Amino acid sequence: MNRRFLKGQRLIAVFAIGALLFSYPILSLFNRPQLLFGMPILYVYLFVTWAALIALYAFIVERRR
Amino acid sequence: MRSKVLIVDDEPNILISLEFLMSQAGYETRSAETGEQALAELDAFQPDLILLDVMLPGIDGFEICQRVRQAPAWSHIKIVMLTAKGRDVEVAKGLALGANAYITKPFSTRALVSEVQQQLAEAQNAGAVETQGGDRP
Amino acid sequence: MLQGGVVFLIILLYMGMLFALAHYGDKRAEQGRSIIRNPMVYALSMGVYCTAWTFYGSVGRAATSGVGFLPIYLGPTLMAGLWWFVLRKFIRISKMYRITSIADLAASRYGKSQLLGGFVALIAIAGIVPYISLQLDAVATTFNLIWNFPNIGQQTSIGQIFTVEDTAFYVAIVLAVFAILFGARHLDLTEHHEGLVAAIAFESVIKLLAFLAVGVFVTFVMYDGFGDLFSQAAAVPSLQRLFTFTPGEGPGGDVYGDWAWLTFLSMMAILFLPRQFQVAVVENTQERHLNRAIWLFPLYLLAINIFVLPIAIGGLLHFPDGAVNADAFVLTLPMAAGQEPLTILAFIGGFSAAISMVIMATVALSAMASNDLVLPLLIHFRLVRLNRGGDLSGLLLTIRRIAIVVIVLLSYFYFRLTGENNSLVSIGLISFAAVAQFAPTVLGGLYWRGGTRLGAFAGLTAGVATWGYTLLLPSMASNMWLPGTLVTQGPFGVEWLKPHALFGFIGYDPVPHAMFWSMTFNVGAYVMVSLFSKQTILERNQARLFVDVFTQPLGGEGQSLWRSNASTPALMDLLHRILGEKRTNEAMKTFALRQGVPWPMGDEAPPVVIEHAEMLLAGAIGAASAHVAVASVVQEATLSLDELMRMFDETTQVIAYSRDLEERSQQLERQSRRLEAAYTELQAANERLKELDALKDEFVSTVTHELRTPLTSIRAFSEILHDNPDLDTERRQKFLAIIMRESERLTRLINQVLDLAKMESGEMEWRRTPVDLADLIRDSAQSMGRLSAERQIELTLDLPARAPLILVDRDRIQQVVLNLLSNAAKFCDPDHGEVIVSLRVQPEWITVAVSDNGPGVPEEAQTIIFEKFRQLGNASRRRPQGTGLGLPISREIISHFGGQLTVQNNADAGATFMFTLPLDGAA
Repeated sequence: MNRRFLKGQRLIAVFAIGALLFSYPILSLFNRPQLLFGMPILYVYLFVTWAALIALYAFIVERRR
Repeated sequence: MRSKVLIVDDEPNILISLEFLMSQAGYETRSAETGEQALAELDAFQPDLILLDVMLPGIDGFEICQRVRQAPAWSHIKIVMLTAKGRDVEVAKGLALGANAYITKPFSTRALVSEVQQQLAEAQNAGAVETQGGDRP
Repeated sequence: MLQGGVVFLIILLYMGMLFALAHYGDKRAEQGRSIIRNPMVYALSMGVYCTAWTFYGSVGRAATSGVGFLPIYLGPTLMAGLWWFVLRKFIRISKMYRITSIADLAASRYGKSQLLGGFVALIAIAGIVPYISLQLDAVATTFNLIWNFPNIGQQTSIGQIFTVEDTAFYVAIVLAVFAILFGARHLDLTEHHEGLVAAIAFESVIKLLAFLAVGVFVTFVMYDGFGDLFSQAAAVPSLQRLFTFTPGEGPGGDVYGDWAWLTFLSMMAILFLPRQFQVAVVENTQERHLNRAIWLFPLYLLAINIFVLPIAIGGLLHFPDGAVNADAFVLTLPMAAGQEPLTILAFIGGFSAAISMVIMATVALSAMASNDLVLPLLIHFRLVRLNRGGDLSGLLLTIRRIAIVVIVLLSYFYFRLTGENNSLVSIGLISFAAVAQFAPTVLGGLYWRGGTRLGAFAGLTAGVATWGYTLLLPSMASNMWLPGTLVTQGPFGVEWLKPHALFGFIGYDPVPHAMFWSMTFNVGAYVMVSLFSKQTILERNQARLFVDVFTQPLGGEGQSLWRSNASTPALMDLLHRILGEKRTNEAMKTFALRQGVPWPMGDEAPPVVIEHAEMLLAGAIGAASAHVAVASVVQEATLSLDELMRMFDETTQVIAYSRDLEERSQQLERQSRRLEAAYTELQAANERLKELDALKDEFVSTVTHELRTPLTSIRAFSEILHDNPDLDTERRQKFLAIIMRESERLTRLINQVLDLAKMESGEMEWRRTPVDLADLIRDSAQSMGRLSAERQIELTLDLPARAPLILVDRDRIQQVVLNLLSNAAKFCDPDHGEVIVSLRVQPEWITVAVSDNGPGVPEEAQTIIFEKFRQLGNASRRRPQGTGLGLPISREIISHFGGQLTVQNNADAGATFMFTLPLDGAA
């Protein structure tokens, strides 16, 4: 399988995962007023997911063969 | 008398296979690898049938076919064309130019041999009729 | 302490620094030592996305709706995952066809339509001017705040300050000057503004550092870390509300729907905002920089957003009575704590966020305004004649500079007119929604060949009209001129036409509501009208080029629709007047040499040259105007539909004729002696057949032939062996050997055809590793050693001990070298064969030459041999060995790595094949 092509497909897959995690109904699961590690749980969820997406992007594009 | 077959093809390996098949079928063979050689052999060898490849360096198969049909001395020669370009228009063109049969590569050796036998048999019949009927226009 | 004078001085110092940096960036670019040719700078320059809206407005929005500010940054993060497909296509198309703006892209795709380009430019300007004005507003407001340091409450309204003292005005003027100096200094063929990009990237760093500094200060100094801050907030019900989704101002309150639409909106914005297009596409120096940006830019967004909610909550806790505008917390919190340096830093951060947006947006809009609006109008009303008159480059620059000033002033007056009634975020979102209207036209145009110009017009019109009615109009109604009842009760009291609840739909906030309707109408109109309208020839051609851009050869000339020649002097004169004489000559000469067109050119310029000239012009004046300009010097217009129909008819006739021929041939066979009569007819048919041949795909037919030939031998001998079990051993061995040899030939051929197909469709896998070419050549020569010894060929290597390492695919380059060596061995003098391989290292290139002492390559065959299946025989051998694909593949490989493969004859005897590889991919 073509590497360039595969890279594009992996990125699209991460995009799809991100789109799912950042939308209803997943978001509503974290829509609670409680604190987690002293921070609002929704806030923690969004930023951790966000960081994970970025890490995946970086892993996909910067990986040396 | 053994019938004579002139084989024209620029691929040495194909030439070898055709020579083998023709001599096995009991014909006398000669080979040519270019159009120019083929025309020379036509004069020298006086074949009854030509196995003629289309794609030749220099003078190509179509042109040889045309020249053979134009020359009254060669009019009795049967022409079986061989080509790797099996497009309909080319088959049509070859037949229009007066080829008696058209075979696409890769060919079945049995079909090829039987086509040649059939053509030569026809030629002999026609020849017989011709000698009986005397002069023809 | 912090008097206005001090603040002013700091602003001046900061601006001075930017000027110096931009100047340095331009200088370095002129010397060819770019400082922005760097993936890091590229990703940072994209940070121009974060404006004063991010810097101040996010906190304001977080203070009212909690995480509601985040979709604006999550959208671009998601979009980054699609950049590899979408943005890379934008970049490739823009580089190949010298596109310099979105308006240009749309115009070019839809048949180089000046009208469409102008329309897009107009929408962009109308949509972005309020957004620029917002930045001026932010600068003025924050300046005002800091002027009163350390008093926080007493804000004077900007409207009351005299214009002389009006910071916004001065800032606007300085920014216009900056934009002119670094964004419109000369007409550039590539339209790169290196100094400008350097400054923007620098500002991205500044605003991030400033924001993080304020965030850290509020969270860890004013409060005791995140835990402290949030637990204090959790005790206040109105603040705890911010921890979760809170219904917006709309009556429906579908927070998740709003969230999804805002995410989608910002995904479109990151692609279609003119300033983003400028930094990400136009200013992109290398496609591969995109790799880094895909994760670095989202990371930047994440970093600048971490402290938004903490600052908002800190502010709300610190100023509980609501006396201080939450939009200014970033500034007022350090002020309240008496932190002078931090206050200044925050101010500079916000200032840099604002001005980087103003500068970049202005430069991008001015290019659209001049190329797609003003110039076409001037041409249309014959105020400018492209095909005669003096130097035009001055005029073009003047137009662009005036456009910059006009746009900045427009923004300033918009700001004065509307005052500060709007919150930072809402105006920004209105602008986002405006540029999102480009999405169906541009994305549709890049992925769907069927999109037509009429469809584009229809979609844009429907989308923009809906946008204007549901967003722009209400925003004005709440300000002035229009009666407020328009929004609350609908026009003339018609309920179902209320701009914020169109057709009675009340589920969303105003922006998602407007997005839903405008996208529905936009996409609907675009698709439906496209399906029911026709494309012109030019449009169809452009659609094909754009949609299939990745399968076009790089530097893709030769797709010319120009059919006739142009007078060279007229064409060159046109180029001189717009691009200047020196640059024109350099660019055209390089092109001519590469294409093998004689230089200087004769009186007639051939179609490829005309095409290239059009592309050069497109970089300076836009694709649509360039097309019109070139048409004015080409005598004959492009290939007309009539002409094409005629060609089509002819083809059909030929096909019918050949069928006819088939029938007639049977009669002919019966009367074989009367061939003479049909002979002349046949000759005509022959001519037609040749044409038909050319129309059909010659390549497929040739491949078929080449594959069938070895297959014929294999089949024939297999059958012979099968039918003659008692064949003698000697012949049996001979026939088996032939079968094996021909099988190998077939395999080789299939591999090469596949290789070539992969390369041409861009699906080849290339493995770049550092390679020492001298080493590689020695290796190759060794493996050729046996062959050359067999034929008694003298092989001389003229190589340095080691060559600079370059990043290429070792196996592929070796394939090229081996191919050239075996060609040389095949064609060199059969008795005293000599082959010399040399390698030279030049400043920018490595050149490898392989020369032989054979008969050389006839002048007329020097281009033919690089075509597929075109071989040269030589005297001793009627039919050359090999597949006829070696050189085409070699040329593909070399050009993939940015080099060239050429041939020329030696002065004495033989030919030299030479390839170059650039050193800039050096390891």
